[in-house]
Amino acid sequence: MDMTHTEHAPLLRRLRAGDWIYTLALAGGALYALGQYRQFMDTYEQAILLLTLPAFALMGWQWKPFRIYLAACAGVALASIQLYQGDLARAEQVFFLKYLISSQTAIMWMSALFFIATGAYLLGLLARSDFAERTGSVLTWCACTMGIAGLLVRWYESYLIGTDVGHIPVSNLYEVFVLFSIITGLLYLYYEERYATRRMGAFVLLVISAAVSFLLWYTFSRDAQEIQPLIPALQSYWMKVHVPANFIGYGAFALAAMIGVADLLARKGILAGRLPAPEVLDDVMYKAIAIGFAFFTIATILGALWAAEAWGTYWQWDPKETWAFIVWLNYAAWLHIRLTKGLRGAMLAWWAVIGLLVTAFAFVGVNMFLSGLHSYGSL
Amino acid sequence: MRHRSTARTLYELLSSMRFAISLLSILAIASVIGTVLKQNEPYNNYLNQFGPFWFPVFEKLGLYAVYNSVWFLVILGFLVISTTACILRQAKPMVRDMQSYREHAREASLAQFQHHARFPIGQTSAASQTRILDYLQRQGFRSRVNPREGAVLIAARQGSWTRIGYFLAHGAIVLICIGGLLDGNLPLKLQMLLGDKRITNGNQLISDIPESSRLGLDNWSFRGNVFIPEGKSARQAVLNVQDGVLLQDLPFAVSLRKFHLEHYSTGMPKRFASDIVVTDLRSGQSFEKTIEVNKPFEVAGITLYQASFEDGGSHLTLRSHALAPQPQEATRHLKVDVGDSLALQGEAQGYTLELGSFRPFNIENMADETAPAEGSALERHLGSGARSSARKDMQNVGPSIQYKLRDNAGQAREYMNYMQPIEQDGARYFLAGMRTDPALPFRYMRIPVDANNTPDSWFALRRTLLDPARHTELARRFSLVALGPDTSDTMRARMQETALKTLDLFARGGFEALGKFIESTIPAAERDKAADIFLKILEGSAWEAWRLQHPDAPKTPDATLDRFLRDSLNSMSDSLHYGAPVYLQLDGFEEVRATVLQATRSPGKPLVYLGSLLLVLGVFAMLYVRERRLFVLVKDQGEALLALSSNRKSMDVDQDFARHRDALAQLLDARPAASPNPAPPQA
Ligand code: HEM
Repeated sequence: MDMTHTEHAPLLRRLRAGDWIYTLALAGGALYALGQYRQFMDTYEQAILLLTLPAFALMGWQWKPFRIYLAACAGVALASIQLYQGDLARAEQVFFLKYLISSQTAIMWMSALFFIATGAYLLGLLARSDFAERTGSVLTWCACTMGIAGLLVRWYESYLIGTDVGHIPVSNLYEVFVLFSIITGLLYLYYEERYATRRMGAFVLLVISAAVSFLLWYTFSRDAQEIQPLIPALQSYWMKVHVPANFIGYGAFALAAMIGVADLLARKGILAGRLPAPEVLDDVMYKAIAIGFAFFTIATILGALWAAEAWGTYWQWDPKETWAFIVWLNYAAWLHIRLTKGLRGAMLAWWAVIGLLVTAFAFVGVNMFLSGLHSYGSL
Repeated sequence: MRHRSTARTLYELLSSMRFAISLLSILAIASVIGTVLKQNEPYNNYLNQFGPFWFPVFEKLGLYAVYNSVWFLVILGFLVISTTACILRQAKPMVRDMQSYREHAREASLAQFQHHARFPIGQTSAASQTRILDYLQRQGFRSRVNPREGAVLIAARQGSWTRIGYFLAHGAIVLICIGGLLDGNLPLKLQMLLGDKRITNGNQLISDIPESSRLGLDNWSFRGNVFIPEGKSARQAVLNVQDGVLLQDLPFAVSLRKFHLEHYSTGMPKRFASDIVVTDLRSGQSFEKTIEVNKPFEVAGITLYQASFEDGGSHLTLRSHALAPQPQEATRHLKVDVGDSLALQGEAQGYTLELGSFRPFNIENMADETAPAEGSALERHLGSGARSSARKDMQNVGPSIQYKLRDNAGQAREYMNYMQPIEQDGARYFLAGMRTDPALPFRYMRIPVDANNTPDSWFALRRTLLDPARHTELARRFSLVALGPDTSDTMRARMQETALKTLDLFARGGFEALGKFIESTIPAAERDKAADIFLKILEGSAWEAWRLQHPDAPKTPDATLDRFLRDSLNSMSDSLHYGAPVYLQLDGFEEVRATVLQATRSPGKPLVYLGSLLLVLGVFAMLYVRERRLFVLVKDQGEALLALSSNRKSMDVDQDFARHRDALAQLLDARPAASPNPAPPQA
């Protein structure tokens, strides 16, 4: 009885020593960053930094492994920065930088780890091996760690190129693809723990692998990994909140779609006994779309606020905006369908899968096929 | 009676969930159209794209401005109506539901709940009640007690906020749509209908725009561009409407002190900023301000944004080099401003120069991209994100101009010239680009530079080599040098004749003419040899032409001169297809920039922003505030009936029910003897 009660007692009373150490470390890190780099930030950026503090604290309190994850990311990134000693050329000279934790290498490791994790989850699902699935989990955690560390180091490297070039790595298609892979991975890991099943991993990791494949193609054939300075329209604190919010949305929608695929298979009796029950899948799908919808709403609004500042209108039906609107309407319709009795089950799963196509078009298709003001990530 | 029921049916349809879902889907599909077809292009582009039959059809359908078209606005209007109807229809039941605890629920109906359970009570009804109320309070429920015969019902609820979320989010949609309508071009359409405003042609001076196309200061919603060259001022904004423009008066004058344009070393733009002075027309007060991208500025209810920049009529000096073999004057200076149209004199009489654009610098990748890269592909992509694995060598290759030459018949070709010579393949050239169609890329003629870094020697050589009057002399000199002193006169005459023919053909049509001649007169087996001979003749004659101009030149050319001659022949051949009587060399410039500001007045913005805030709050409340109703019927005969309901069906509800059931069962089961005064459970 005490167990059930502690789970539902007010949040602050449930915190343990570990949580407080985590919180103190977070606060210390943020204050250090603020003290050290304040001259590079405007008021809004400082506010954003300070607001991420409670957000991360809450996440760590609610989802304990996240605390260790953040510590690992910070550790790898700091080690890399330490090795750089402020000199970009050392990326070529120092073994650990060149082959482990410089930004590009870390992102390559992330890619490799995601691929192997996909394989492990698939093996686990098909060969009914719990061990393989547990390996998949660990590898996914490692991939996400390398990814975030890679992005953090990339951020640092951009400042080494020149203070006028330095910027947060969420400014082009290459960087957001890395972000997308990580966010989708983390969202999945969260649900894996919440629903205590690793059986959905094979499906979600497939979509991450697809994104990583695109990322590699983009790197090898287009040299997209090169850090570019920001054009004037992108020099805005809005970018720092708009883009990550958007990718929480995209990541969640992608996850929901893959759960939809699993759901459809389960309903057909394929892999039955191995896949979680349709009710569980349905629930995860709803949760993912709900969080995706909430963040996508915020992201679209932030985009509108930014557009008002950069282009003079909060909405002008630029193709990217329009497709964001279409994605949003699509999931609004999905949520309403779910509310109407009778329209559940396979129909919802199909709709979520089709939703991924719409989302993918808004994400990359618009850059490939349509031109407009959002042409920074043109292929 | 009948009428009322039709209205009722309509209302029910509009406010139904099915209608909402259909509407959202239709709106999504309709939005796609405007992203497939590029919007708000000049009508001529559409005419070219669709042809004269479909162009007016698509125009009628409003496909060139979908999001302003009547049918799209009607769909949006339906969304507003449907959402409003939905709110109205839900309002009463939801508010009632929010207030009620449903404490009169009957045991029979509680027993019908999907989530219900019965368990024994091991204590008095009163003690149970206290414990239950205590528990419910700790769990964040608010409750009400309803005593009835032989039992008491405790009805509790939490998370009714989720219903408020519904009103916030759906009300927000209505607000945002209304705000958007105010800021869209509906107000303008109304003014054009009611106020007799007419759009006019964009290609005229601002002062020539008639009164019927001017909008007054009382216009409360607009978005237009203000074009201001450095040192000039503007007091009107230009609104692009359909295929024309309208003029919007501003309550102030804006003048541009200076436009700042900064670039990164890669040539990417870094900063656009305008130093402006705004003068209020009524009070005469003025103040200074710098506007940048992402840093707009609001004055008199109008927001000014840095939209783009253009050339503001830079002053250029050009040197015109005649391309005719025997020009009246070989070169001539002229002054022209960017944007001007100028009837040319002298050699280019009959042509109009339209100076399109001037760029003060051009940054190009000058690296040799064909050179092999080091290391494996993977290795090249490891390390920092700063290094590019492709070869890059970004260099500023200097200013350039782009212009059109239009002949008497109205035909125009477009040209693009760089001011400075550019190094390519180890030699330096003036690149002269030409194209006959704006859709094509430029084709470049490479004019080699001389020792003084000018194109002058090339022009002089060209005049000599292409002038038929000099061909006899050149052929004679060539045959003398080529054949040596003890050749027979007939041989020499034959050689001279061949040289003359070669020069004549080359002067008419360059290498192409020579090639055709070879193909039509010489058997296939000997063509290569013949081509070789022709080339030797041309190179030799070019050298003789050079010596004619430079009497003190050595007997044979050195490597540099040799290269110069060969390059010269190539570009001379190209120059015969240049299609212009002159080559215009950029000689000097004084740059004048102009800024393009966007001026907007958007009365709907506060509504939209408020709506957005409410939307976020509402969505979070609807999705994350969980409504739960818990009923505990405590019966005197020692039994409790627990039931739980929620407005959403999900696994959380199942889990919550199980948790409450277990907790309450344990709480109520405690025997009074075992624990007469149980302490409240500690967290
Ligand atoms: C762009 C337009 C709309 C958006 C973004 C929107 C959004 C939402 C969202 C996010 C929910 C919550 C879903 C959930 O909890 O799973 C919801 C619920 C609901 N919506 Fe909409 N909606 C829109 C238009 C409409 C329209 C036009 C109607 C009416 C015909 C409507 C009727 C409802 C109803 C009745 C609910 C259930 C409320 C409840 O039970 O608490 N919505 N809407």
